[in-house]
Amino acid sequence: MAEIALEHVTKRYGDGFEAVKDLNLDVADGEFMILVGPSGCGKSTALRMVAGLEDITDGELKIGGQVVNDKTPKDRDIAMVFQNYALYPHMTVRENMGFALKLAKTPQEEIDKKVNEAARILDLEQHLERKPANLSGGQRQRVAMGRAIVRNPSVFLMDEPLSNLDAKLRVQMRTEISRIQQRLETTTIYVTHDQTEALTLGDRIAVMRAGVLQQVGPPAELYGHPKNLFVAGFIGSPSMNFLGGEIDGDSIQLPFGTLPIPDALRGRLQSGPGGGRRGVIVGLRPEDFEDASLVGDRSRGVTFTAKIDVLESMGSEFYAYFNLESEKVSSRELEELAHDAGAADLPTQEGSQVVARLEAASQVRQGQEAELWFNSEHLQLFDPETGSTLLGTSGSESAPTATA
Amino acid sequence: MSVKARQRSGWSLAFIVVVVVSLVPVFWLLMLSLKTPASATDGSFIPHHWTLDNYRDIFKQSVFTAALRNSIGIGLISTALAVLLASSAAYAIARLDFPGKQTILAVALMVTLFPQVSLVGPLYNLWRQIGLFNTWPGLIIPYLTFALPLAIYVLSTFFREIPWELEQAAQIDGATPFQAFTKVIVPLAMPGLATTFIIVFLICWNDFVFAISLTATNAAMTVPAAIAQFPGVSQFTQPIGDIAAAAIVVTIPVMVLVLLFQRRIVAGLTAGAVKG
Repeated sequence: MAEIALEHVTKRYGDGFEAVKDLNLDVADGEFMILVGPSGCGKSTALRMVAGLEDITDGELKIGGQVVNDKTPKDRDIAMVFQNYALYPHMTVRENMGFALKLAKTPQEEIDKKVNEAARILDLEQHLERKPANLSGGQRQRVAMGRAIVRNPSVFLMDEPLSNLDAKLRVQMRTEISRIQQRLETTTIYVTHDQTEALTLGDRIAVMRAGVLQQVGPPAELYGHPKNLFVAGFIGSPSMNFLGGEIDGDSIQLPFGTLPIPDALRGRLQSGPGGGRRGVIVGLRPEDFEDASLVGDRSRGVTFTAKIDVLESMGSEFYAYFNLESEKVSSRELEELAHDAGAADLPTQEGSQVVARLEAASQVRQGQEAELWFNSEHLQLFDPETGSTLLGTSGSESAPTATA
Repeated sequence: MSVKARQRSGWSLAFIVVVVVSLVPVFWLLMLSLKTPASATDGSFIPHHWTLDNYRDIFKQSVFTAALRNSIGIGLISTALAVLLASSAAYAIARLDFPGKQTILAVALMVTLFPQVSLVGPLYNLWRQIGLFNTWPGLIIPYLTFALPLAIYVLSTFFREIPWELEQAAQIDGATPFQAFTKVIVPLAMPGLATTFIIVFLICWNDFVFAISLTATNAAMTVPAAIAQFPGVSQFTQPIGDIAAAAIVVTIPVMVLVLLFQRRIVAGLTAGAVKG
């Protein structure tokens, strides 16, 4: 059991490229911390520095209160699950899982006991004598997990352990990992590029971009109070809609109408950085939209009409896509997000495309005008220059945050 | 005939040609070794009188038995040393980034391309001066010189194909770099090591140039050189039968070696390490 502390950790390669810049992150004992971000954001490098597979250029890494910068992986008491599992092909499942214990000169009967125990947890008992080549992807993944848990390490490190599995298995293993981590209460750092995995698994999530930590917090905080455009766009699926808007005194001008700043926001807006009159980027979550005819009390939002271009039925809900006449908002962070999602290559449309999540009971039809309602209490406001939020977190809600 | 059938018969034909071309001389040699000395040059392919005299003969001669001992000894020592040194060097080249890595590989390639004949003269003089002439080390050193670069080349290719994550996993599992190498990399590189072993052994085993020039007596002369020194029954007879028998005998260790390692030289040993 150990807590992990990264203090001003930097990774600079020989050619001067900084993969991780001044990273400060505390992971509490037994906590499940997720490092998430688009590819190339430095999350894997950060993990490999904790593992001891990469040197730390600057800063300090502490595990259990001890500085371990110069310790080899074997002296850090960690276990790691690799993206491609890295099972030893010449060993059986039993030997794979017992390898670390054997190296540590553990008595054979104890090795057997621990391996059998882990195999039971992971439902691998009938495969113990098989070689990795004869296992399915999901089984290999479980062996990799097993190899980590038999050692009972103080820290688990997982580098995108589920990304090689197919979608259905991934969801299953996600639950499995969550269950195992809760049972063992081992401090865990889990790297992923999948924001769904991040939201569902983590006690806390650390979002990274281009080597810089953007925001750390529990899933709900990142979802409800993103610190900047990048976090707002990265967390949540479908992702947040961004529109150009303007604050004018007490009201906000949106592409679909002007509305008074809701009371819930006003306090936070004034306490937040900036405030006053100016152009802003407005962030709207798809789930804050609704078919107006299904909303009883419309007073907390705005009602407007839009022509639905595409309507996707998900069974339990609809995703409605429509365009709003608005200046296309642009910011470097948003471009990066779009690029990461592969959307940068898509033809750009006039105005801004907006996606709204509607209830399955909605009577909205594709290609027709529809009356929609938006709950303005949850809208997000960002500074178009810096991309940071204009809303402060409302007092007591703010959780312990690490500095970005 | 369908395209497929025509293709197959084409391949069969090519296969037969290759087998005939490579096996007929061996077969001819075998027949020659089974003839009596008098009928060796009678021009017929199949012996009129089958005999094992030639084989009995060569094993009675100390030239041959000593040479066989030298060949096996020198060959195995050179090969073992070469594989041992080359595997460490190749591992470093495959895994580490150090200045001069490309230079080392380039020099290694140059050495293998170097004409051996041009070295024989200088080595002969040098070896005589420092007392290495006609000794085992006197042959092992030049063999190592030429076998090492080749071995490094072959092995570094094999090591490069082994996923790096495996060593990292071993490190995390608590292995020292040496343990990671011996317990994870070496077992996986076994096909490569076996291949290298055979190639290097064949180089040493078949060498004639160094063997004939740097040795003089039973103390260090290897089989290829010794065969040329066989005495005839009389001054005027060619020991053709003996030479043929000796040539057949020396192919046996090579065949044994290949059969021994054959099971190791199978692809797909790394299957299942990472998601395939």
